[in-house]
Amino acid sequence: MRIPCPHCGERGNEEFLYRGVAGLARPAANAPDTQWHDYVYLRDNPFGSHRELWQHVHGCRRWLVVTRDTHTHTIADVADVATPAP
Amino acid sequence: MTYSFWRVAREALRGNTGWKPAWRDPVPKEHYDVIVVGGGGHGLATAYYLAKLHGITNVAVLEKGWIGSGNAGRNTTIIRSNYLLPGNEVFYEHSMKLWEGLEQDLNFNTMVSQRGVLNIFHSDGERDAAARRGNSMRLHGADGELLDAAQVRAMVPLFDFDNARFPIKGGLLQRRGGTARHDAVVWGYARGADRRGVDIIQNCEVTGIRVEAGRVRGVETTRGYIAAGKVGLACAGNTSRVAALAGLRLPIESHVLQAFVSEAIKPLVHTVVTFGAGHFYISQSDKGGLVFGGDIDGYNSYAQRGSLPIVEDVAEACMALLPCTGRLRVLRSWGGIMDMSMDGSPIIDRTPVDGLYLNAGWCYGGFKATPASGWCFAHTIAHNEAHAIIAAMRLDRFATGAIIDEKGAGAQPNLH
Ligand SMILES: Cc1cc2nc3c(=O)[nH]c(=O)nc-3n(C[C@H](O)[C@H](O)[C@H](O)COP(=O)(O)OP(=O)(O)OC[C@H]3O[C@@H](n4cnc5c(N)ncnc54)[C@H](O)[C@@H]3O)c2cc1C
Ligand SMILES: [Zn+2]
Repeated sequence: MRIPCPHCGERGNEEFLYRGVAGLARPAANAPDTQWHDYVYLRDNPFGSHRELWQHVHGCRRWLVVTRDTHTHTIADVADVATPAP
Repeated sequence: MTYSFWRVAREALRGNTGWKPAWRDPVPKEHYDVIVVGGGGHGLATAYYLAKLHGITNVAVLEKGWIGSGNAGRNTTIIRSNYLLPGNEVFYEHSMKLWEGLEQDLNFNTMVSQRGVLNIFHSDGERDAAARRGNSMRLHGADGELLDAAQVRAMVPLFDFDNARFPIKGGLLQRRGGTARHDAVVWGYARGADRRGVDIIQNCEVTGIRVEAGRVRGVETTRGYIAAGKVGLACAGNTSRVAALAGLRLPIESHVLQAFVSEAIKPLVHTVVTFGAGHFYISQSDKGGLVFGGDIDGYNSYAQRGSLPIVEDVAEACMALLPCTGRLRVLRSWGGIMDMSMDGSPIIDRTPVDGLYLNAGWCYGGFKATPASGWCFAHTIAHNEAHAIIAAMRLDRFATGAIIDEKGAGAQPNLH
């Protein structure tokens, strides 16, 4: 699998670190335990399109949001986390 | 039909015309007392023990492909009970005891081979950790022996003891560990369950779970609706997808794990060996092929095939430990989808839906668990209550904080 980094171009996935699903909303510090439980532990774990965080550790070191199909590994979109979603 | 030496001899003289299929191919009934979703080792073992130990025989196992087509047929067949934490060790030791009597119980040759599992260590820190884990195993009634480098050398002479970076200092050996024949485990449980009246229904995918007023009523399948008193999920890597049909969201991510087998060679690795300086393990099949594997690929996947960086990583670890394998050819590699849980330990429990039960989170170690998983899951389903052996393996442990994190890696499934 190769990931097209917006800064470095297409690179092998071994250059990247994987961090799991992107876009989980972090609860407030005083939110109830159930919200923290859901945030820390529960995942949709979808078959198909998945927005996820990768860091280009052996390249530009930027965090990226990659939209990838978990069944075919086709990558539909890659954006720097600092770039607001369209 | 009972298998025996006498039967083999008799069939040999009669041109092998008397063998019958080991299980039936029934048409689904309209209603079952219990439906088990997933015809892997765990699902079939569950059905077997429901019938054998709890007298519940109006049971169906629904499998979307053929039985054993998931991880049960893809794993590297290692069995062991060498865990550190009490919540795990009681359970895996129970499983080891069931393995030790499995062939007699099932009247099926599951080729359980107690050739030992040897965890090699390369530093003083790793030796301390191994000693601690070995002590924990012994406190739970399992066996564990700490070996020095000379003792390890006597067992596996061709390993690279004087590697400049990873010199071998010794190992933690569990002699009762070893391997079993994965397909035979599936077939043995299937035959045992079928003989006690369980319907094994293949090519039957569960596409919906009917829940009314908080209680499970049955399942929609590609072969029509089937009503059920209780439904147990044993879907391994597909657990999140199937549980979502009942509205559940779980502490699980699906990841791919690869395995490899080499061409057959003369006996070289007489036990199961794990490398301490990287994630790598190796054993040798009875046919002579070296069977080995390493890390999961590390990102969510339902693809049942892995990527090349892990192939390279595994090959490098193999060379670091066993340089003499350098010119050996790899025959096959494959991948299976694992249900990686958030603490790296399994879940066998009730769910918030009445009558719906969950068996999941096996990560890459669920084959060795097969007998105890089925045994405990059958108990949970029959009594609507967890057995003491799995008191720690609850679904709510993530909420209560009583997680079973062997590795201490936190809620990051690709690190377990
Ligand atoms: C490469 C590899 C190596 C491994 N090595 C080891 C090892 O050495 N030792 C060890 O202890 N463990 C090992 N494991 C882990 C072990 O194989 C699994 O944890 C274990 O097999 C999971 O339980 P199971 O046998 O019931 O799973 P599976 O065989 O995967 O059974 C689940 C079944 O559910 C079915 N299913 C899914 N969705 C549906 C649906 N909607 N309707 C109907 N059926 C459905 C699937 O088709 C599948 O047959 C390894 C795994 C892999 C992939
Ligand atoms: Zn980059």
